[in-house]
Amino acid sequence: MITSTSNVAAPPIRLAVLADSASQLFVQELRSEAEKRSVRLDIYEAPFSQADALILDPTSELYAFKPDYTLVWQAAEHLLERFQTSRLDQRASFGSQHMEEIEELFGAFEANGGSKLLYLNYVELDDAVFGSFASKVPESWLHQVRQLNHKLMELAASRPGLFLIDLVTLGGEYGRSYVEDRRIAMTANLLFSLDFLPIIAGRVLDVIDAASGRGRKCLILDLDNTLWGGVVGDDGVEHIELGSLGLGHVYTEIQAWAKALKERGIILAVASKNDPAIASEPFERHPDMRLRLDDIAVFVANWEDKSENIRHIQSILEIGFDAMVFLDDNPAERALVRMRLPDVCVPELPADPVEWMPALRRMNLFETATFTAQDVDRTQQYRQESHRRVARTGFADDGEFLRSLGMVGAIEGFTPFNIPRVAQLTQRSNQFNLRTVRYDEAELRRLADSPSHVCLAVNLTDRFGAHGLISVVILEETPAGYFLDTWLMSCRVLRRGVERLVLDAITTIVRGRGGHRLIGEYRPTPKNGLVSDHYPLLGFEARDGQWCCDLKSYVPLEHFIHREPPLP
Amino acid sequence: MTPDDIVAEIATVIRRTLGDGALDIDASSTAQDVAGWDSLSHVQIVVGVERRFKIRFAAREIMSFKNVGEMAATVHGRLAAP
Repeated sequence: MITSTSNVAAPPIRLAVLADSASQLFVQELRSEAEKRSVRLDIYEAPFSQADALILDPTSELYAFKPDYTLVWQAAEHLLERFQTSRLDQRASFGSQHMEEIEELFGAFEANGGSKLLYLNYVELDDAVFGSFASKVPESWLHQVRQLNHKLMELAASRPGLFLIDLVTLGGEYGRSYVEDRRIAMTANLLFSLDFLPIIAGRVLDVIDAASGRGRKCLILDLDNTLWGGVVGDDGVEHIELGSLGLGHVYTEIQAWAKALKERGIILAVASKNDPAIASEPFERHPDMRLRLDDIAVFVANWEDKSENIRHIQSILEIGFDAMVFLDDNPAERALVRMRLPDVCVPELPADPVEWMPALRRMNLFETATFTAQDVDRTQQYRQESHRRVARTGFADDGEFLRSLGMVGAIEGFTPFNIPRVAQLTQRSNQFNLRTVRYDEAELRRLADSPSHVCLAVNLTDRFGAHGLISVVILEETPAGYFLDTWLMSCRVLRRGVERLVLDAITTIVRGRGGHRLIGEYRPTPKNGLVSDHYPLLGFEARDGQWCCDLKSYVPLEHFIHREPPLP
Repeated sequence: MTPDDIVAEIATVIRRTLGDGALDIDASSTAQDVAGWDSLSHVQIVVGVERRFKIRFAAREIMSFKNVGEMAATVHGRLAAP
């Protein structure tokens, strides 16, 4: 959906609708679709079946209306009737004869001043006369209607002012039983179902938007679990799902689509919560990646708020937010971007990634009204611009957004039920992991039973659903204080304030055991740069290469997660 | 659901479809009686009623409803059928 408030001031777009079946409800749908997009639309609805007369008469109300766009909808059902009543010896040339009529009409339309023309092509109804053999019989209906559609396409290719609304493809996508309601067709001469009318209206508005310069120009992509399956920072570049690994084909398909869009002139950008070096690794090394770094005009990988990163991308590309589409598997990220940048188109994705590509196809996000050779190297131009600028840091106040997530945290000790997942996390987490100590299940069971250790497993839920067990802490009681042997978290819930909730819980538990000091340590690895400032950000003080927090002076930090009692 | 309840539900669908919450509708109301109820809003009303009750009318039924009461009677019969 395109919502540019500037359209309100622009003069209304004038659309004439010429149909040979009942079009009132279709016109209603066109109006409501236009309203949704904040497009002002003046519609002239021609009397039923008057298209030819109106087009041929230069003094008709059609031309008096001075349309910007004229939509012609001739129903395949009516064309089929004409075919069935035509002479047998003329059927082999039915399509080309009808095409001649159409071309004559177009000629007259242009000579009379015309407008841009939107023409609905013909649904390829099966007349059930020849079966599949119809393709071998030039005088069959299917042969003729298909030929006609092909000729229409060729005509559209040669006439810049003619745009086809592709009912054939749309009908195939939704299926006949969805497209038509026989009862309505027979009783009210309305040839599409009430559900299908808004879909066609949407496609018509897509074309009008694109032809009026409001097409979308940029696709911004998330990486982990959007362009590949898994988390590259945790799983490692060899283990992300791509190609034949796991559901890899799903992600390969998305990449192939993005690549084809790029070749058409859509600018690709990346906005990922990741370490930049780790995020670019698959682009550089993975053999099954369809996208490479030079396909991406602006590559932003950091730990900032995504809406800020999209602002940054926007400032480099200098295109409107309403020209951008943001693709992310994570519903919370989508909600954040929708809230902060309402003009950016953020498609809602089905929960199952195998359904993404079909859903995206139906959304028709990148309608266009032009295509030139210059479109192809647009990405290259922007890449150069991007290299001149450095990603901004600093982020807006997250409170409003975090509060809206309705997060609930539950903290428990290690149990036979969660130990397998805890073990998996200690073995796989690389990024938000302060000391990167790996444990197997047997070791974790021993720690769980040890009186000198405190073991915490943190579960998080928000209004989008459960994230499951996302953070693990292991404390060891030592003479100097409670030592944070392990503190790790899944990056999926980064910047939610989970670490603040966890620190609160830790201080409560340690106080309860009579302790008065926490000791933390950051052990750098090639992948955990993300948490190098973890302890100072939480208020710990540097002491002898470690980080200390005296519980006497501990001040709880604000967070927006409701903690479910009790603590272990 | 009694036939009267069904008439009331259908009346709600008609008011919503025609965008006029004040329309006076009872079992004896016909399309001629109700402002804005033409052949095309009839289609929307019929589909609205079908969705409301999760039933499906036959084409001949759609063409032959004489008033709201008849439509309600058809709905009632459809809901009662196993």
